[in-house]
Amino acid sequence: MKRRSSFWLVVLCCGLACLVSCHGNQSALDSKGLQAARIERLWWLMFSIVVAVYLVVLGWFGTAVLRSRTRQSVQEIPPQVNVEADRRMTVVVAWAIGLTVVLLFVMLTASVRTGHAIANLSSKNPVTIDVIGHQWWWEVRYEATQADQTVVTANEIHVPVGQPVVIKTSSVDVIHSFWAPNLHGKRDLIPGYQNAVWLQADQPGTYRGQCAEFCGHQHAHMAFFVVAEPLEKFNAWLAQQVSTPAPPSDQVSKQGEQVFLSHTCVMCHTVRGNGSGGKLGPDLTHIASRMTIAAGTLPNNRGNLAGWILDSQSIKPGNKMPPNPLKPDDLNALLEYLETLK
Amino acid sequence: MSKRRHIVVLAALLLAGCAREQRNFREATPSNETGEGVQMSDIAPGHSAERKPNANPYEDSAYSVSQGKQLYEMYNCVGCHAHGGGGIGPPLLDAKWIYGSEPQNIYETIVEGRPNGMPSFRGKIPESQLWEIVAYVRAMSGQLPKDVSPGREDHMYAKRPEASTPKEHPPQTNVPPGQKEK
Repeated sequence: MKRRSSFWLVVLCCGLACLVSCHGNQSALDSKGLQAARIERLWWLMFSIVVAVYLVVLGWFGTAVLRSRTRQSVQEIPPQVNVEADRRMTVVVAWAIGLTVVLLFVMLTASVRTGHAIANLSSKNPVTIDVIGHQWWWEVRYEATQADQTVVTANEIHVPVGQPVVIKTSSVDVIHSFWAPNLHGKRDLIPGYQNAVWLQADQPGTYRGQCAEFCGHQHAHMAFFVVAEPLEKFNAWLAQQVSTPAPPSDQVSKQGEQVFLSHTCVMCHTVRGNGSGGKLGPDLTHIASRMTIAAGTLPNNRGNLAGWILDSQSIKPGNKMPPNPLKPDDLNALLEYLETLK
Repeated sequence: MSKRRHIVVLAALLLAGCAREQRNFREATPSNETGEGVQMSDIAPGHSAERKPNANPYEDSAYSVSQGKQLYEMYNCVGCHAHGGGGIGPPLLDAKWIYGSEPQNIYETIVEGRPNGMPSFRGKIPESQLWEIVAYVRAMSGQLPKDVSPGREDHMYAKRPEASTPKEHPPQTNVPPGQKEK
């Protein structure tokens, strides 16, 4: 008896854990957008049908097992043909098949309708965002009619609340997949091919997303954040990202800029306005304004940044940034400089 | 007697193999100047110094060579030299070395740059990493012992891994003027 009660306790705990995980930062069952809500509805419909079918089947199965146990001597009787029982059985199986077909059609129809509904989102003059997959980070570009108004950032996608935005996806190396489950389903990023996906966030908030197509060593550390904010706040953010950061004013950050320009950094990274133009790594023009570094791997703070610069391979093994053994003074100055890039 | 001798020989062999597995995870903090310890030219103040050979301290360590292989990609050497087959830059798999095949020649090529496209990486790449790249570049044409060269590819390249690349024998004809032929 004691063993049985502990078994049910485990089942209960597992069930609760499952339910808890449905709410939170990165969950398709906590929809915050139009399309995610449709997907969630479809999910619950399918889930309830499947659970009901499962319970019915198990119920019948259980009855069958119990009944056969009460009549153990049945094997000794030679098989007899019972025409009446056979007919009853045929009717039951026919009903079961019919019900299965109907249920499958219900799910098919619901699925097609959901597909149509989430593909129908569009708008006349939407915010257009290019999301380009790299091993293992996301390049994010906000298109503008004027080239110098283009915003380039990484791993953070700001969108206005309640407006459809269009995300154009592509990749520079292998296939990645863009997935922010609170807002929409997945969309693959395919090298040499541009795809588009429409999104709408209905509530302000920060929604975590993740690469959903295995893309190599650090696939698991390839996250991004969609930051949905009211239009004025979004416009302010965009204006701030377009601006070129002020040149460093104090001595230490001036030295830091020199470290940036004369050491390894400048070979892959860009900070607009200081003459650098590396394109292999993320744009660092406004790095201090971002929440995380290394595609959601670490919170963006001075200590993490220092560790990342010195030996990123011990944090995210296999990433494309070489270790940079800098002198303490240089490192300090460089961090000071990076922190001015708000 | 002969059994004991075998054991001694085996132990000596094992000892000799130790350098291969040596790993330096933390290099000393670098100094400002790159290129210390390597004689970049024959011109010297005072008496003309004998050009001393610069053995690459990283060529004996399999770990360093594989690090060099990663750095070769990280610093985008692949951008021009591809994975040894060349492209914008000359191939590194063959026996032809325009500026010499010795470690110090390759070091010089990276640090100083070369005419027609090879940029100078002076100050951009830390000293220890430079030597690791040099070791790997030599491994590409089979110049390093097989037990040190990388034995497998991390990616799906059609190329054979360095350890099974046959050794190319660079002719010593293209040594830059002023450098003695060996």
